Amino acid sequence: MILLSLIGVFFFGGLLAWMSEIVDTRLPRWVAMLSMLVSSGLVFRLIFVLDSSGGELLGWVDEFKGPWIPSLGIEFFFAADGLTVLMLGLTILLGAVAIASAWDEIKERVGFFYFNLLWTLAGVVGVFTALDLFLFFFFWEVMLIPMYFIIAIWGHENRRYAATKFFIFTQVTGMMMLVSLLCIVYFHSLQFGIFSFNYNDLLRVDIPRSFDLWIMLGFFTAFATKLPSVPFHAWLPDAHSQAPTAGSVLLAGVLLKTGAYGLIRFTIPLFPEATAVFAPVAMTLAVISILYCAKVALAQTDIKRLIAYTSVSHMGFVLLGIYAWNELGLQGAIMTMLAHGLSAAALFMLAGGLQHRIHTRDMREMSGFWILAPKMAVVALFFSVAALGLPGLGNFVGEFLALLGAFSVSIPAAAIAAFGVIFASVYSLWVMQSVFQGPQLKQETKDSPHETLLDLDRRELFFYGVMMIGLLWMGLYPQTFLDLSSGVVEGLVMSDGAAVLYAGEFLK
Amino acid sequence: MFESLGLLPTFPLLGFLTLFLAGSFLPRRIIGLVGAGSIGLSFLVALSIVMPFLSGESDVVRHVVYTWLSVGNFQSEFGLYLDGLTVVMILVITGVGFLIHLYSTGFMIDDPSYSRFFAIMNLFVASMLILVIADNLLLLYLGWEGVGLCSYLLIGFWYSDPANGYAARKAFVTTRVGDTSMAIGLFLLFTQLGTLDIQSLMVLAQDRWGMGSGFAVAASLLLLGGAVGKSAQLPLQTWLPDAMAGPTPISALIHAATMVTAGVYLIARMHPLFELAPNVQLLVAFIGLATLLIAGFTAMTQHDIKRILAYSTISQIGYMFLGLGVGAWSASIFHLMTHAFFKALLFLGAGTVILSLHHEHDIFKMGGKWRQLPIAFASFMIGSLALAAFPFTSGYFSKDEILIGALAVEGVGFWLWFGGVVGAFFTGVYSFRLVFVVFFGESRGHHDEGEVTGLAMAIPLFVLMILALFGGFIHIPVDSVFSHGTELLGTHEEHSVSTFMHAVMIAVPLFGIGVSYLFYCANVFSVNKLMRLPLAKRLHALWFSGWGFDYLYRLLFISPFLWLAKINRRDVVDTFYAGIVVLSVFSNSVSVRSQSGLLRWYILSIVIGIVLLVSVGAFL
Repeated sequence: MILLSLIGVFFFGGLLAWMSEIVDTRLPRWVAMLSMLVSSGLVFRLIFVLDSSGGELLGWVDEFKGPWIPSLGIEFFFAADGLTVLMLGLTILLGAVAIASAWDEIKERVGFFYFNLLWTLAGVVGVFTALDLFLFFFFWEVMLIPMYFIIAIWGHENRRYAATKFFIFTQVTGMMMLVSLLCIVYFHSLQFGIFSFNYNDLLRVDIPRSFDLWIMLGFFTAFATKLPSVPFHAWLPDAHSQAPTAGSVLLAGVLLKTGAYGLIRFTIPLFPEATAVFAPVAMTLAVISILYCAKVALAQTDIKRLIAYTSVSHMGFVLLGIYAWNELGLQGAIMTMLAHGLSAAALFMLAGGLQHRIHTRDMREMSGFWILAPKMAVVALFFSVAALGLPGLGNFVGEFLALLGAFSVSIPAAAIAAFGVIFASVYSLWVMQSVFQGPQLKQETKDSPHETLLDLDRRELFFYGVMMIGLLWMGLYPQTFLDLSSGVVEGLVMSDGAAVLYAGEFLK
Repeated sequence: MFESLGLLPTFPLLGFLTLFLAGSFLPRRIIGLVGAGSIGLSFLVALSIVMPFLSGESDVVRHVVYTWLSVGNFQSEFGLYLDGLTVVMILVITGVGFLIHLYSTGFMIDDPSYSRFFAIMNLFVASMLILVIADNLLLLYLGWEGVGLCSYLLIGFWYSDPANGYAARKAFVTTRVGDTSMAIGLFLLFTQLGTLDIQSLMVLAQDRWGMGSGFAVAASLLLLGGAVGKSAQLPLQTWLPDAMAGPTPISALIHAATMVTAGVYLIARMHPLFELAPNVQLLVAFIGLATLLIAGFTAMTQHDIKRILAYSTISQIGYMFLGLGVGAWSASIFHLMTHAFFKALLFLGAGTVILSLHHEHDIFKMGGKWRQLPIAFASFMIGSLALAAFPFTSGYFSKDEILIGALAVEGVGFWLWFGGVVGAFFTGVYSFRLVFVVFFGESRGHHDEGEVTGLAMAIPLFVLMILALFGGFIHIPVDSVFSHGTELLGTHEEHSVSTFMHAVMIAVPLFGIGVSYLFYCANVFSVNKLMRLPLAKRLHALWFSGWGFDYLYRLLFISPFLWLAKINRRDVVDTFYAGIVVLSVFSNSVSVRSQSGLLRWYILSIVIGIVLLVSVGAFL
């Protein structure tokens, strides 16, 4: 029931936030924040249940089943395990951060904004918890549409283009997933005589070898677009740079992770044989993502676009870790998801904060902000350093484990991917240099903001502080998080599917 | 004792946190007290650890603070380890580090970012301490990267000047290239041996890998990559001369107490692995030799007082690598220690010179300053004597041991020794070129400035003078660390080196000093006349630019990378999707045109369609 109430909180919270606008335009943000508070209570409850089971739990922490369309074998099936709980925790934290970043920034149609924001979160929670594949697909779409509105209504100068691009990419690949989904259900009905969309049932389906690669690709494309991986990443820089800060925070911090989650939860367990064949391709894509997008990032002048490309680069480590499909790689992928969620969200929030203050995202118009806003500079330095993978912070643990996992599977892939770390230091430090260091710009116009750049206020400092503590925690005592997911990961790599994978050709 | 090992980095870390969080509220006096005091406390802790160790009351110590990471069969602790090698390192780091901090309280007193300076300095020392007391490679890597970050922050300390930022990024990225190689080495070691714990690794490596096995070669090569990055050896030495951009005490810290010694430490710590790969070990020796010669040539041509010292560091670390490569492990660590003394002395002395002369760096705009700057003169005199290995100064003993170790190698040993002796000649030349030009002859500017000094700046200089003079008589307790394991290339026992060889080793640096005297003090010879020869001019330009490495790397790596990034700024993948958009817009416009609303067109197209269909049907 916890899971259902979690979705319910966001669902009704969204409606309430919208309606509360009638009373006062300042009310929706409080309603939204309150929803986050309630939902965080629910997630803590889940963590508590999981923790008291000793973390060794292989089954589901919380389950809800209810009928929906019995004749087609579609039901309301929600469940959570350690992996889900971690993802939910990230979602709630970044949801609160997103609301905080929108606090003063959003001034038009406030109620509708928070409605969309909460419904996006409802969709995300649904995606992370639905184990009926039809239900999963439903939430996959629920997640998309409010986000489309957030970009298209509250975005920046080129918002319509970006929103449409985002929508088409996700929609087209979502349709591919739907086709694949129907195929696998069809094979289930052939083998067992009934329709079922239940995850546990579909795991047992034996798909003919001649089809399974193609069916798997439907899932892979949808998730790799969301992740995103080269060559499906083209929507992301536009969506990120045009979205309002809260939208970027949610996109980078949470929505991208649904892609990785989908790969871990569905693509690989459902199609172990096809994955064994496909893994080298996926790992190659991962390596290309890491290096190629780091290179493209370096040439960007739009600060949000730059961070967007670095996101793709970092998610490459996630893809690499996932397709290594061993404990180290998977745990590394999950840690990277969490750590990148925080660091990328913070960086986007900083970029959004800068844009809010000086009305540009062009780094050529920024320089020497350290003197004007030292707190902001130090916070930016922290998250840049986290992004470049400094040991002691969460991103390092994730990327190190992912690479270590990949190394035991493919030495070239891991060794080449490791060079992404060098590029990461190049672009991270370049951002620091061009925004915060260097000489102060001469005032050009009368109302140039460069003399009165406001430093971070207390509310901002609080949320950055929370994320900094989170990254330090992940970096210095990652065991808290690793323990939560260890049961799931062990289960995954020891399943039948994994046996096939390990026997597969790609391990050579 | 167990807990106090953990206290070592704790004090600097607390100092960092205090200054980071409250630095803007504290008065300068307190900031200086916290900044230098934390290192001082750390030094006291180090003494309390070392005393029982030296008196034999305690042996090797291991202490696990907590389990850092445990995934599947991978486990890494926050584990600390203390043996003779660690003892030397922590004493050098905290001792010399404290003196540098003390000096800085005076040197930096007028800087607006006083607390930021000490915060990062403290973090720097803490990282370096973690590096040397780590018992596993992952924790060592944490310190290793922390040192890199702090060096970045300190080199770019005066961030308003983009050149400083460039130097800082150059240092960070160049060393990161090495770090990445080291990280891959860690992956290899773990996947092959199943642990990253240093002591177990060494045992396992000796058990499972035969002499010269491929894995041992690969692993030691990868670690060597990390070491040459941090220790500024060929081919990653280019960052160190530019690292002069920061305030002078930082250079002292980077060159003497932290950072550049990390690579030497890593190889010494992993020496059993290198012994398994004799060819790689020999490569270490040749890298050291090549670096010390190249840097020696360049040091003779520089004008900037700090750049001369920077190249001398590269050269001296080259000697340490030479020592490591020939298996003279303890000699290398010995040289690491004595070098820390005299190089800290030289840099802090240089700091006094620079501060007194209003941030003048060019030695040819000084001259005759011995009367004006007496303390700095004494520092440079003593520091340079030790650097040039003048008999019975600290540098003499350590360099002597390394060269004797080199001579003991069969085959190439003589040439390694010979190269080292040639390098010693250059050392004599460039170190006293600096002394003669700055402190003797006629004053070429800055006539009236007095010496900036004060107790905080003077005391460290005096202590370091004593250490640089007499540090050679300290016996370092590393025999137990390096005695086990087979000696492959050489031994560090006393060798019976002929008196003639000894005489050569003593005479050559003196000869170098003499040559320097003739050129730069007595003016018997003139560099300007020499430069009229075209060959000399060209060589001078080559050496002055550091053998063109910067140019080469820009040509080979940086420019192509930037070019690629620039031409692909708009992301070629995106054009594919843009192409789809263009295509659909085009097909849309074509089909729109067919919807003309003219009935005759529709009838015509229907007729054509029927004709086509029928004819296709007829053919089939």
